[in-house]
Parts: sequence; C-alpha cells; structure tokens
Amino acid sequence: MTRIKDHPILGKDTREEIVTITFDGKEITALKGEMIASALIANGVHSFRYTEKHNKPRGIYCGIGRCTDCVMIVDGIPNVRTCVTEVKDGMKVETQYGRGEWKNE
Amino acid sequence: MGEASGKMNNYDVVIVGAGPAGLAASIEAAGAGARVLLIDENNKPGGQLFKQIHKFFGSREHKAGTRGINIGTELLDDTEKLNIEVMLNTEVCGLTPDKKIWIIENKEISREITAGKIIIATGAYENSVQFDGWELPGVMGAGAAQTMINLNRVLPGHKVLMLGSGNVGVIVSYQLMQAGAEVAAIVEAAPTLGGYGVHTAKVARAGVPFYTSHTIKRAHGKNRVERVEIVQLDSNWKEIEGTEKIFDADTICLAVGLTPMVELIWLAGCKFTFIGSMGGYVPVHDRYMRTTVDGIYVAGDVAGIEEASTAMEEGRLAGISVAYDLNLIDDAQAEKRIEEIWTKLDSLRCGQFGEKRKTAKDRILEEGEGMILCHA
Repeated sequence: MTRIKDHPILGKDTREEIVTITFDGKEITALKGEMIASALIANGVHSFRYTEKHNKPRGIYCGIGRCTDCVMIVDGIPNVRTCVTEVKDGMKVETQYGRGEWKNE
Repeated sequence: MGEASGKMNNYDVVIVGAGPAGLAASIEAAGAGARVLLIDENNKPGGQLFKQIHKFFGSREHKAGTRGINIGTELLDDTEKLNIEVMLNTEVCGLTPDKKIWIIENKEISREITAGKIIIATGAYENSVQFDGWELPGVMGAGAAQTMINLNRVLPGHKVLMLGSGNVGVIVSYQLMQAGAEVAAIVEAAPTLGGYGVHTAKVARAGVPFYTSHTIKRAHGKNRVERVEIVQLDSNWKEIEGTEKIFDADTICLAVGLTPMVELIWLAGCKFTFIGSMGGYVPVHDRYMRTTVDGIYVAGDVAGIEEASTAMEEGRLAGISVAYDLNLIDDAQAEKRIEEIWTKLDSLRCGQFGEKRKTAKDRILEEGEGMILCHA
C-alpha cells in the first residue's frame, strides 16, 4: 500500500471522505481534497502521459506545478497539471498522448 | 483568512507568493496598517513550509527546534488575526513597472489590479540533472517526493536512490524512511558531503550508504525506474570506467539545488546579477529588499536561494521597508526593526555553510547599493 496511514511525526491520517474518479474509464477511489497525481500514485499509476515523438511514459517530476511533466486530460481538458489539481467526485482523468486533445462533451 | 472580494482593484501592497517570505512580509506590512493583498496560485497558503516536518536550525528566536509545519501554522494564524486578504488559486500572469498586475482567478476570471508597492516572493524550483533514463517515471525532484510523502501522504516509490547530499538530499532521505520507504544510497558528485552534520548523521546511523565522487550514469526500466547505475568520478569530474555499481530502485530523487523563480521580476524590468551559489540569476536588491525598480521588492528564495528561516526574515524586512516607504512608520521605528532583523539574518548566515551565503548575499547588496537610490 502506498498510502501513509500512520506517520511518526504527522500521526494518523484522519482524512476519511472519499470521492470516486475515473482513470481511463476505470473507477478508482480518491481522498477528498487530494491532488489527482496523489490519487493516481495511491492507486499504483505512475505513467500519466506519453510523449508526442517517441511515445515514452512520463510521471510526476516537480510535484509543485512547475514542470508540466504530469499533465493529463481532465474532464475533457488537455494539459492539466495533475500535481496541483484537486480531485472532484465524478472527475474523468485520462492518459494524455502527445499534446492531448480537447474533448467536448 | 480574509475572503477575496473579487471586486477591490487597488491595494497599498500586493505580495506575490504566500510562502514563508510572503506570509512574513504580509504580517509586517499589514501590521503597520497597509492594505495588503497576498496572492498565491496554490489552493493553500504556506508555500513549501508544510512539507518541512523537521526541526529548523538556529537559535530559539529563529524558531529553531520548531518544525516547519508548525511555523507555517503560526504564520497563518498571524495573517488571520490581521485580517489579511489572501487570494488563492490565483495566478499572476504579468506585471508592469508602474505596478499594474494581471491576475487570473480560479482559471476563469482575468482582471487587472494595481498596487502601491509589490513584493515578489515567488520562491524557487528544483534543478534537474540529465542522464540516460532521467525522464522515466520514478525520477523526480527530492522536493517532489517530499510533497508526496508529507503533504499528500503517498509513497511515490518503495526503494529510493538520492542524488545530492546537501540538506535537501539528507533531510528528504530521512523523511522518506520515516514514511516507510527504503533509501538504497545517497550519491554525491562532489568529493565531500554537503549537508549539516546532524541530518547527515541521522541517515548514516540508519545504515544508508553514501557514495561521494559518484554520479548516476543511467536509470534502467521500461515504464518506470527499475534499476540505477552509478559511477565514480575522478578529480576532473570524469566518469571512471569499470567503477559502475547497480542498485535496485523504483525511484530516483534529485537534490541538486534550486533556481529562483524570477520570471515576474524580469517582467518588471528589474536588474539582475548572476551568482551561481545563489541559484543563478538573482534580482539586485539593497538591504531593504528594494529592487532597481521603484516600488518593487523581493524576499526569500527568489532573491537568492537560502533557507525558510532566512526567507521569513527577508519577508519581514520587505514588509517593514514597504511600510516605511508608504510613510506608515517613521524613521526610528523602521531603523530599529531593520537592525533587529539584520542581526538575526547575520546570525543565520554564519557557520560553515552560512558564511558562503553571506558572502554571496553581500555581493548582491553591494551591487544594489550602487544602483538603488533612495526611492522614498
């Protein structure tokens, strides 16, 4: 398990409220208020997008919204920085290929 | 915390960045009676303070022995008491030397605000280093891993190799272990270790091997890091063939320094100087944190990479000089407080590591003294 439930300094994780998001169509659970990247890592997902030229996987890199390596398609919007975007119940998160595309729904 | 009204367009002071420097600056400026707006693009204030779960250094008055996370809470309490308006989820997209600021709120509302004075406290971002496979998922900044474990409370990996033995490298290594990960090794390209002894010793006692004069040659793995190959460096930093070692690891953390996030300061037209040990291009400023553009101030890592403790003191300096330049406090009050803060800064900038920072900071200030005339 990659969630840190108990911590010697931070204590027990008291967050309980759960939301459901989808990752490439598959339902996964996330903690309310956490970032998309954190929810994906907690669910064992490490490849967030694939590069345009060489189709190589990319994951989180800076974790603070600067490097844009972790961008994905979120609710139809491409290039969303998942490390600084909070999950919302019912959110659709999709792997981004290349520059991604707008998906109007 | 004050609600963003979304209507007010003019402030005495606008502070960009609600990290340790920006928060401290807002407290001083608002405490002196200025109408302050504090802007941050994140959904929470505090910058990187809330992932600093270790105890800070210095004397008691520098909050030494207090964990960064608690210092952050204290600062937030103070901003609340002073009713400081804080706009979160708000990006500053541009600013002009005449203090017009273009902001975008919640990625939706674009508008312009004006400020009498602007304090830029945008912090820094982590450096990277390139090697074969450096772009694989699992290679990340040490600060990114720290964000994951201490803020998001998820482990980005279970077996980590750290590149860089400075304070960030050793502190994050220890925190990764506290979070339940294993640290395979700490690799340092320089011939000597770079962190404070107390942090280094904690990791060493836990059995983590250190490899000085070594660097990462390549990361192996198909969809994420699986193994890391390190290699020894000679006195000219050249790889020594045949000295490669391979570690099983799913994560590589890079703790190889920071670069000030100076874009807005360039936009404002401030003069810069290049000081490698301070992170590269840093804005020239004087001892009152004034840049070469009238009414624009800087504080914290954006004014030269140091530590959260110095960032807070620089923020206070900027807040007080802004209050003075707005005629909210008199000469005697300002000079007294500024001297007090400089005494703290000088004591934070001493010792084996601090001395270097002091010398570098003195270079910036020296340039500043030549360029910045009294604006007030």
